[in-house]
Amino acid sequence: MKELMIGNAAIARGAYEAGATVATAYPGTPSTEIVSSFAEFPDVYAEWAPNEKVALEVGAGASIAGARTLVAMKHVGVNVAADPLYSFSYTGVNGGLVIVSADDPGLHSSQNEQDNRGYGRFAKMPVIEPSDSQEALDYTKLAFEISEQFDTMVMLRITMRLAHSQTMVETGAKQDVPMKEYKKNAAKYVMLPGFAKGRHVEVEKSLQQLQEYAETTPLNRIEMNDTGLGIITSGVPYQYVKEAFPHASILKLGLVNPLPQELIKSFAAQVDKLFVVEELEPVIEEQVKSWGIEVIGKDQLTLLGEYSTEYLQQQLGGQPMPPGFNLDKQVPARPPLLCAGCPHRGVFHVLRKMRLVVAGDIGCYTLGAIAPLEGMDTCICMGASIGTALGMEKARGPEFAAKTVAVIGDSTFVHSGITGLIDVVYNGGTSTVLILDNDTTAMTGHQDHPATGVTITKQPTNKLDIEALVKAIGVKNVRVVDPLKISELETALKEELARREPSVIICKRPCVLLPGTPKPNRKIYVDAEICNGCKSCIRVGCTGVTFQDEEKKAQINDGCIACGLCEQVCKFDAIKQTEV
Amino acid sequence: MQDKVTNILIVGVGGQGTLLTSRIIAKVAVQMGFDVKVSEIHGMAQRGGSVVSQVRYGKKVYSPIIKKGDADIILAFEKIEAARWLDYLKPDGMVIINNERVNPLSVMSGKEKYPDDIHEKITALLPKTTIIDATAIATRCGNVRAANVVLVGMLTAAVGIPAEEVEKAITGIVPAKALQVNLTAFREGLAAGA
Repeated sequence: MKELMIGNAAIARGAYEAGATVATAYPGTPSTEIVSSFAEFPDVYAEWAPNEKVALEVGAGASIAGARTLVAMKHVGVNVAADPLYSFSYTGVNGGLVIVSADDPGLHSSQNEQDNRGYGRFAKMPVIEPSDSQEALDYTKLAFEISEQFDTMVMLRITMRLAHSQTMVETGAKQDVPMKEYKKNAAKYVMLPGFAKGRHVEVEKSLQQLQEYAETTPLNRIEMNDTGLGIITSGVPYQYVKEAFPHASILKLGLVNPLPQELIKSFAAQVDKLFVVEELEPVIEEQVKSWGIEVIGKDQLTLLGEYSTEYLQQQLGGQPMPPGFNLDKQVPARPPLLCAGCPHRGVFHVLRKMRLVVAGDIGCYTLGAIAPLEGMDTCICMGASIGTALGMEKARGPEFAAKTVAVIGDSTFVHSGITGLIDVVYNGGTSTVLILDNDTTAMTGHQDHPATGVTITKQPTNKLDIEALVKAIGVKNVRVVDPLKISELETALKEELARREPSVIICKRPCVLLPGTPKPNRKIYVDAEICNGCKSCIRVGCTGVTFQDEEKKAQINDGCIACGLCEQVCKFDAIKQTEV
Repeated sequence: MQDKVTNILIVGVGGQGTLLTSRIIAKVAVQMGFDVKVSEIHGMAQRGGSVVSQVRYGKKVYSPIIKKGDADIILAFEKIEAARWLDYLKPDGMVIINNERVNPLSVMSGKEKYPDDIHEKITALLPKTTIIDATAIATRCGNVRAANVVLVGMLTAAVGIPAEEVEKAITGIVPAKALQVNLTAFREGLAAGA
């Protein structure tokens, strides 16, 4: 029976059917559902790793020990995992290993648009690209075969549009794949220079074999049609091509590294005009051009964002963009926001009030950067905040540090903030670090992590004690505050910023959306007699309070969860409470 | 089976329950033997921002996303969200609007005005526009949270899919204890759309 499945769930299903028994990931949109779906299968091991580097290392160990293993991450997560990636590409596998890279053209939920097909060429590993959920399942299964046949990990490269689109899938039976025997083999798995030299020879050999395989694999196929127009494409753009140019001949590549040179040459020879349609970087195009084949690609198609059927019709088919209906006026924008009652709002309200320089990080709290809070100066990548704050201090001196903070979430701190804090302590920094501990990985949909004390399958486990950890690193000034008690937080900040020593303030309060977070036992309201319309409460940027234009007064609306932030901000005590 | 692909764009505000509606419609299309694709945005945009679900079904569907100017129906859970996505509608397409106003932060803070005449403006442009007070109907049926199923009823009437298929899908998705309210809400929406 066919069923609808998002690409991520289909990948998990494919890995399960292929007999994978170990899966590991750090959550990151658009990859999160891969390993969370896999965790629901019986008799498998799945985990949230603290970060992608650890995930791939666990994956490498599981593979070397003999298990078929799935490792998943978002595109920028592969950067974190790049160190083991480049070495594990030399050692090769024992049990097959598939690493999923979920790229994000269009930056729906990411800090950049990097194209991870590039990793395939640099790390010398095969890269497979499905174009719908059925292919996601089938290709994942095949990827495990390829991994074992050619003794290499395989990258399954997907994009957000595949990860989060549901398409029809026919599932299959779970294969019984026996665990590979574990044999000590230092020359293969110990990457000393002498051994690695030998492995490099093997890697080049297997790449050669893969090149031959690419010419005949069912992953690559030609759909011959009208020979006037030929299009080389892969991934979800294949679907746009099919719809935009139903009569074109298509070479659909499922294996995008290495490319099938002979197949491409023969396809090119059969068509009059040849396009390459690939989102982001000209990975296929540049190689095809290097073989002396004339092809049109990025000279007519953008390097930016996602493609679409109508975009291809416009750029390659000369058809105008459909005008569509448009009102004569713009409607107000509706950007994503911190939720009503979000503990982060208290933090950013205080940071803005104190006019501090804020080195930020990645999570829901990055939304603190936008109006009206506008409480963030930098955000580079996961875990960057602490190092960035230290760098600012070393460049401009301790006076600058006295008005600078680093802000980082609990999950992000565990991911890659710890080493930054060690640098602060080791190199005599005086940074003040705010760890926003909301007891979850909120932005990606509430995944657990080492400091929540719960595993991916919701089993209780050892709980990382963040307070004890930062003390053990050598931070002497550690305190825990409630981020929605703003005078307490302000006092803590003033005192810690004044110290010529590193400090950590743990702002502890669970995410309001977390199941089990207690509901308020009171309601608040604005006393219209007292409110003078000063808008102080409005400036905290909460969706629970509305400014009534005609009356020039604030009003608490149904979105309010009585967190009390606006009450504390009101200088006239106009916000009052009733018990419920 | 018709070769034509039906394109339904479901738009709203993160947290309004657009995902349940797209799940029901997609399930109906699967039951009827169509090829189906659904595209949604997860992650950051869900936090109170504009959200969109795209459902496409027909004999064979390629792209998971609807072309600009190609949506048969826009089902808007909120009034200004309807306006935001109008350029996706076909020349003879239809707009169904839930008479619900969710103020963006810029409106709450008094920086921008909510365009109160948005429904009139859309109707002037597209006479086939329907507005429905799904929240009031759902409340009358016994649960305000069934507003999205009222909208499914409207949509069912508009697309012309068999109501019994939709009831079957709702029965498969909605928890048993909420089923009766949801079925009543669905039938109210269906009647409103007829």
